[in-house]
Amino acid sequence: MTGGDVRAPSASGAPPRDRVEQVARASYGRLLAMLAARAGDIEAAEDALADAFAKALAAWPASGVPDNPEAWLLTAARNRQRDAHRANVRHPLVPLDEAPMPPSVDPAEDLDPDAIPDRRLALLFVCAHPAIDAGVRMPLMLQTVLGFEARDIARALAMPTATLAQRLVRAKRRIRDARIPFVVPDRTVMPERLPFVLEAIYGAYAIDWQHVAGAAVRESTAAEALFLAELLASLLPQEAEALGLAALLSLSLARAGARGSAGEFVPLDEQDPARWDAALIAGGERYLQRAQALDSVGRFQLEAAIQSVHCARAGTGVTDWRALRTLYTGLVTIAPTLGARVAHAATVGRVDGPDAGLAALDAIDDPGVARFQPAWATRAHLLAAAGRTGEARAAYKKAISLTTEAGARSHLEEKARALARGPTA
Amino acid sequence: MRYTLLLHYQEMTGGDIGEEAIEAGKQAFHAYAKALDDAGVLISAEVMQPSAATTTVRSRDGRLQVQDGPFADTREQIGGTFVIDVPDLDAALAWAERCPAAQWGAIEVRPSAVRFAGGKWIPAA
Repeated sequence: MTGGDVRAPSASGAPPRDRVEQVARASYGRLLAMLAARAGDIEAAEDALADAFAKALAAWPASGVPDNPEAWLLTAARNRQRDAHRANVRHPLVPLDEAPMPPSVDPAEDLDPDAIPDRRLALLFVCAHPAIDAGVRMPLMLQTVLGFEARDIARALAMPTATLAQRLVRAKRRIRDARIPFVVPDRTVMPERLPFVLEAIYGAYAIDWQHVAGAAVRESTAAEALFLAELLASLLPQEAEALGLAALLSLSLARAGARGSAGEFVPLDEQDPARWDAALIAGGERYLQRAQALDSVGRFQLEAAIQSVHCARAGTGVTDWRALRTLYTGLVTIAPTLGARVAHAATVGRVDGPDAGLAALDAIDDPGVARFQPAWATRAHLLAAAGRTGEARAAYKKAISLTTEAGARSHLEEKARALARGPTA
Repeated sequence: MRYTLLLHYQEMTGGDIGEEAIEAGKQAFHAYAKALDDAGVLISAEVMQPSAATTTVRSRDGRLQVQDGPFADTREQIGGTFVIDVPDLDAALAWAERCPAAQWGAIEVRPSAVRFAGGKWIPAA
């Protein structure tokens, strides 16, 4: 995926098929958002756009690639939409000329590439509308904004294409039939609607790390998640959490190369900072600074700040555990997820000693903690640090039984073995 | 403790979902079985033919009744089983969650009561 809203250079010796693909990648979401916004019908817009791309493939080899391929495609797609609209007017008593029709295209608008307004923000809010099933919001974004095939998204989600395709179609018909408006929410509803968009984009990043088998056949959508997060941050530069999400994904992805290859597991504090992506870290830090300047703290900013502390080890050589404890204390206050509470207990253990960490772990009242693998791994580490070898051994055993990833499993087995070799308390 | 993971899902053919998706599913199941095996918890794994190939037998009043088709004609059918040996239900659920079919069907996690081996019935540990 291209890293930004890049308009491909128009003068090019590339053959038309390549040019069509370039334009498709760079402009798909922008064009689809324009076409769908008009009638609120994503499916019809997809059909019109597919038809326009097919026309381009047929016409450009003979006529040459137009100076403004995006505008060419938009006009072709709109003509197609108008034809389809005419064909669909069912009322036989209304003469064609009087049938309601989408307003005609303003040629000036189409001639000036900069005049094509960016409606992708509205499209993102439509995809993550509260009336759309939460499970389909993220795939819908990948398909409409990035032009992904259902087949490829299904592969990333490890689900059958037919099932996903059906859900996507259902969601699009719901958008059309329920008339979900293609608008950016105004300030009064933005605070309640933005989290759905952020959550869906974060989901595209998080599926990469989910414990679903067949990691080898899944393709990461983390890079696409970053693209969407950066797009959102550029369209909503005054929303601290949108910037926070872009920061979080940049900083997390920066460490992707150092996490270990298949079957291997390298915990964060043992990763080699030399393998982190310095450019992504720098980009993430810029987002984080801009977010913090807006003075409106939120979950994604705190998570990004936590990543930032970890990344700082690349320069300082040490991890600032006190800073991490402070940030996790803040995070569990506003977003007390099980993962955050366990990570908080781990940092308390690092700073205030294993007993304090164990007390923090015991204070977690979520019933899910009893079968939460990170909680048992953390408990085992803390018990080992406290010299309670027998209990640590039992906790490692439980943690290992809950670990389905081979790499993480052998990492824990190694720790448990080291415990047996070491001095007993 | 032994658990049988019963995989229930809607039956689909290559024609329904595409050969490519079938191939991706095979790879996912291979990775899953391999992960169970590598962790030393796998007892057996079976993926069954579609319920179109199944036959149900009953004996009533001394008469054999052979039914062409599954015991229950439901939309979702049992498509496979994995028998695993893990310490407790938490571990069994962790593995069930990772089963590829959990993405499109349902995984029933059923503990063993007794099993027959070495000429006698052995209660579940």
